[in-house]
Amino acid sequence: MTVLHDPIQPPEGRIETKNTTCYMCACRCGIRVTLRDNEVRYIQGNPDHPLNQGVICAKGASGIMKQYSPARLTKPLKRKEGADRGAADFEEISWDEAFQIMEDRLSHLRSTDPKKFALFTGRDQMQALTGLFAKQFGTPNYAAHGGFCSVNMAAGMIYTIGGSFWEFGGPDLERSKLFIMIGTAEDHHSNPMKIALSKFKRNGGRFISINPVRTGYSAIADEWVPIKPGTDGALMLALIHELIKTGLYDRDFLVQYSNSAELISTDEASDDFGLFVHTDIPQEAECFEVQDRVWWDRTSDKPMHAREESLDPYLLGEFTMPDGRQVKPAFQLLKERVEEYTPDWAAEVTGIPADTIRTLAHEMGITARDEQIELPIAWTDAWGKDHDTITGNPVSFHAMRGLAAHSNGFQSIRALSILMSLLGTIDRPGGFRHKAPFPRPIPPCAKTPKGPEGVQPNTPLDGMPLGWPAEPNDLFVDDKGTPVRIDKAFSWEFPLSAHGLMHNVITNAVNKDPYDIDTLLIFMANMAWNSSMNTSEVRDMLNEKNEDGGFKIPFLIVCDAFQSEMSAYADLLLPDTTYLERHDVMSMLDRPISEFDGPVDSVRIPVVPPTGDCKPFQEVIIELGSRLKLPAFTKEDGSRKFRDYPDFIVNYETAPGSGIGFLSGWRGKGGEKFMKGEPNPNQWEMYEKNNCVYQHHLPKSYQYMRNWNRGYLKWSQEHSLQRYAEPINIHIYSEVLMKFRLAAQGKLEGKQPPEHLRMRVETHFDPLPFYAEPLEVQLTDKQKYPLAALTQRPMAMYHSWDSQNAWLRQIHAHNYMHIHPSTAQAQGIEDGGWMWAESMHGKVRCLARYSEAVEPGTIWTWNAVGKAKGAWNLDGDANESKKGFLLNHLIAEELPTNECGDHISNSDPVTGQAGWYDVRVRVYKAEDDEPKETYPQFDEMPHVPGTGGRPKKIGFFAGMFTKGAK
Amino acid sequence: MTQLALVIDLNVCVGCHACVTSCKEWNTSGPAGFMTDENPYGKDPTGTFFNRVQTYEIGEFPKTETVHFPKSCLHCEDAPCVPVCPTGASYKREQDGIVLVDYDKCIGCRYCTWACPYGAREIDEQEKVMKKCTLCVDRIYDESLPESERKPACVLACPTSARLFGDVHDPDSEVSVQIREEGGYQLMPEWGTNPSNHYLPRRKTRIHIHEDELQRADNPLNKEQRGPSAPVESPTLDDSTSW
Repeated sequence: MTVLHDPIQPPEGRIETKNTTCYMCACRCGIRVTLRDNEVRYIQGNPDHPLNQGVICAKGASGIMKQYSPARLTKPLKRKEGADRGAADFEEISWDEAFQIMEDRLSHLRSTDPKKFALFTGRDQMQALTGLFAKQFGTPNYAAHGGFCSVNMAAGMIYTIGGSFWEFGGPDLERSKLFIMIGTAEDHHSNPMKIALSKFKRNGGRFISINPVRTGYSAIADEWVPIKPGTDGALMLALIHELIKTGLYDRDFLVQYSNSAELISTDEASDDFGLFVHTDIPQEAECFEVQDRVWWDRTSDKPMHAREESLDPYLLGEFTMPDGRQVKPAFQLLKERVEEYTPDWAAEVTGIPADTIRTLAHEMGITARDEQIELPIAWTDAWGKDHDTITGNPVSFHAMRGLAAHSNGFQSIRALSILMSLLGTIDRPGGFRHKAPFPRPIPPCAKTPKGPEGVQPNTPLDGMPLGWPAEPNDLFVDDKGTPVRIDKAFSWEFPLSAHGLMHNVITNAVNKDPYDIDTLLIFMANMAWNSSMNTSEVRDMLNEKNEDGGFKIPFLIVCDAFQSEMSAYADLLLPDTTYLERHDVMSMLDRPISEFDGPVDSVRIPVVPPTGDCKPFQEVIIELGSRLKLPAFTKEDGSRKFRDYPDFIVNYETAPGSGIGFLSGWRGKGGEKFMKGEPNPNQWEMYEKNNCVYQHHLPKSYQYMRNWNRGYLKWSQEHSLQRYAEPINIHIYSEVLMKFRLAAQGKLEGKQPPEHLRMRVETHFDPLPFYAEPLEVQLTDKQKYPLAALTQRPMAMYHSWDSQNAWLRQIHAHNYMHIHPSTAQAQGIEDGGWMWAESMHGKVRCLARYSEAVEPGTIWTWNAVGKAKGAWNLDGDANESKKGFLLNHLIAEELPTNECGDHISNSDPVTGQAGWYDVRVRVYKAEDDEPKETYPQFDEMPHVPGTGGRPKKIGFFAGMFTKGAK
Repeated sequence: MTQLALVIDLNVCVGCHACVTSCKEWNTSGPAGFMTDENPYGKDPTGTFFNRVQTYEIGEFPKTETVHFPKSCLHCEDAPCVPVCPTGASYKREQDGIVLVDYDKCIGCRYCTWACPYGAREIDEQEKVMKKCTLCVDRIYDESLPESERKPACVLACPTSARLFGDVHDPDSEVSVQIREEGGYQLMPEWGTNPSNHYLPRRKTRIHIHEDELQRADNPLNKEQRGPSAPVESPTLDDSTSW
């Protein structure tokens, strides 16, 4: 035993260090892993990595306990004949047998009806490969988790400014002076936010947090503004109202860089009602958004071609065109829209005092106007004008699921994006800045097929499985308006469902609505637990059988690294490796880790060999793709194209000779090219030598105003990031949404919604944001269920990924329901006492914890800490199951019967975003004679073959001559 | 004489627990380890940690403040855990003021946990000796590490740089400057322990808005006035009378 009278003497052992990329969450920091005698001894942040610059979070620093967790699945498993799903009754099989089973089944599906194969993954950050596989297979039934996570945050912003938060863009805290964080607890944009926020505060910046709860980041806010859940849209609209009223908007910015001054036809009788007026200009080659809009010029008092030199348009007013059409600028319509959204009105809705709302607007507007930054950087705009400097208004924002996870979230986030635009803060210093590959056209070009004809046997999908509809004809429906996808994405129920609706898949498949499927492959997604609403029913549905005794979802393949709740339901369970055991890419083709000043992508390399028979899921995809002879994985002569995943990454190109692959660094024969270039056989080695990261710094003149920056747009076109080099003007008024409204009104040729959805589409596809209570709230008896119930992400655990971790579970072993003392005491609930929370759908019994840091109309708990008994290889009486709980049991995936139908998804009607935070509850004390455990409880998940034993004590000590008690 | 210590800036600590587990992973496999975990996969898991973070609420809604509060051994200048130790296992180093435990001599009597007012001493249930923060003494003198990494693991890990490390007896060190300029304070000074670790308090940044900042000549709304109207076509007095 080593002693501390020589506290400096390091223990013996062979030391080795390797750099790779963390995956304890989707932040993907650079890490340096120290091994002692081939065991993981220390994981630190890599000081040379641009994303985290040497820091690491609680999860990253606990990777050791993830790597060596007894919950690791280590062998491919098959459900025993006759066993129930959920019983976790498995037998070990070989990978050969597993692949043969999959190959036989999937090739049959591919040659008969490819959409019977559904592939859904928990993480978007691998979707370049999984999406490619789905497209090549020919199934439209693919998505990652965005639909049940925060697609509203992506879509609401992308359909307005051409970019969004997380790895797509964010607040420029280095230059900002006022930072407002809304509805954010923790998310995968994590360590960089922490680094930046600390510097921001130390540089004298003012930080305001708007949130029903004051935890995490909000603790260090200079001001906490409590708000009622689901009302953020009301606040945003009131702030816009106040900014317009006081003239605190950046007029010049709006005029040039948004569609604010562009004229819209307001004649209800006319053909182009609600659409932009056009002027005749010579038609150029194919372009994205023709620059033919019209302004009403102040000087000449006439309509003129927008953005001609020396024009100065009106933003307000109503005008008559020479041909008699009544028109108004978009900004006038915005002003009319927010007329009723006064701070006094918003105070009633949000619970925020009207004076606070006014002061917020004034702080934002005055800081933006008076603290303007000027950088000595010359640049040329997309219209050819040279500018000597880049200016910025130093007000910045960050927002997350608190806004997104509501059925009114799209509108709230559109309103936020418009607020950010009114303040003139888009891609400017001190404001919001994009990260490559954003900004992108509004909306981005990728589209799904337009109908069932896009799905053919033995043929890749004629389009992408996921896309960005620009008009009703882009919807993925048949001629009756019936959805082609199993989750009904891109149908009239949620037209702009850019990330799919993973939360609907199991329910729809079991209800055969719109049809039944054969095989569901779930990767890294805990659908039988925290990732489903109405968890108990979903678990039952997975095991539901037809009259003939076969399962309603005939075949279920699950790939996971750990014995999650979902793993118990698999027919075929494939053991994935941990992040320390595999190659991986953080690609420009899905979610890279770009910085503001240029594109960045990175890789993971194996630091330790795979445990047991674990195989990286990426290898499973390559192997399956090759066996099924999918075109992208097969040579002309029919032979296999790629040896394995690393080989695929090096040699795959999006089209023959395109030079675009998954990794943008060290391309070209000798690694001399970037973004585009021939495959480089030594690409992996070059990444490995360079901290596993490739960072490109754009010239300063390309780093800002990129929506309208000629240099950047041309660069991005030359390097195949984008097809178009046109300016991307901000959509204050969304003509895209208006077209869907017109279709619902029967005024647009082409696809139109079915009758029962006409009113809903007409209402929600408003070209300007509006406020309405979330759908579920409108259908709830608010007298009976007066409280809002939410979850938050803790910083020390990521979804359900960490209860198998001996260290992290000592930070969060069970979760409480946090409740304001007055709310609790009104029901006789004690601090630390047992209580019930009940919605119209279900109820849970849990432990209460008093908190003054929550607005009294809301209760909340940590997300996903509660676990099912026995899952994650924990003892049956572990805190996670006995005292932990899921809020999910209170939430339903369908709305109560309403005028649109009986089976309408509990989702945002624009994007399909799952309305997690819309649920309303009541609380009451648990009786003294009730069992002192949470409700509901589940049968204990038995031991799964290939997982480890559970030691009663650990004293981890890395290395061969281990002295630890392991 | 040198007194190494940590300064913890409560103004930027977001309670992420990076310091907690980075300490654990570094020290469990180092000379200060191992650090036991009991019931790691069972009920009420508990283990040896040298640093813990608690979160406190102050005041009542809506004026609630939330404070994240990390705490580890404060390496007191007058450490009470040292004189009470019956075997001399608990000692304070002359050269840098770090307080350590010699596991060979420690008999696990726990007397030091009674003496320490900060609750910084824990018994390791497996090894039956007292274990505590060592200020990563094995890192700070390790010349095989780059100089920038000769710091405690928690300091390197902290994503908000809330943890600073240095010599509080050197008036020009980063820690001394921060204590002096930001009003760094000691915990419970009334116990007379003279703790070396200090905390930096919370500070608020506010904006004051003057009424007249809302009235401006360059208000963009002024640009929305329509210009002089075109002359009217219909008859006016201009042509009807000459007075």
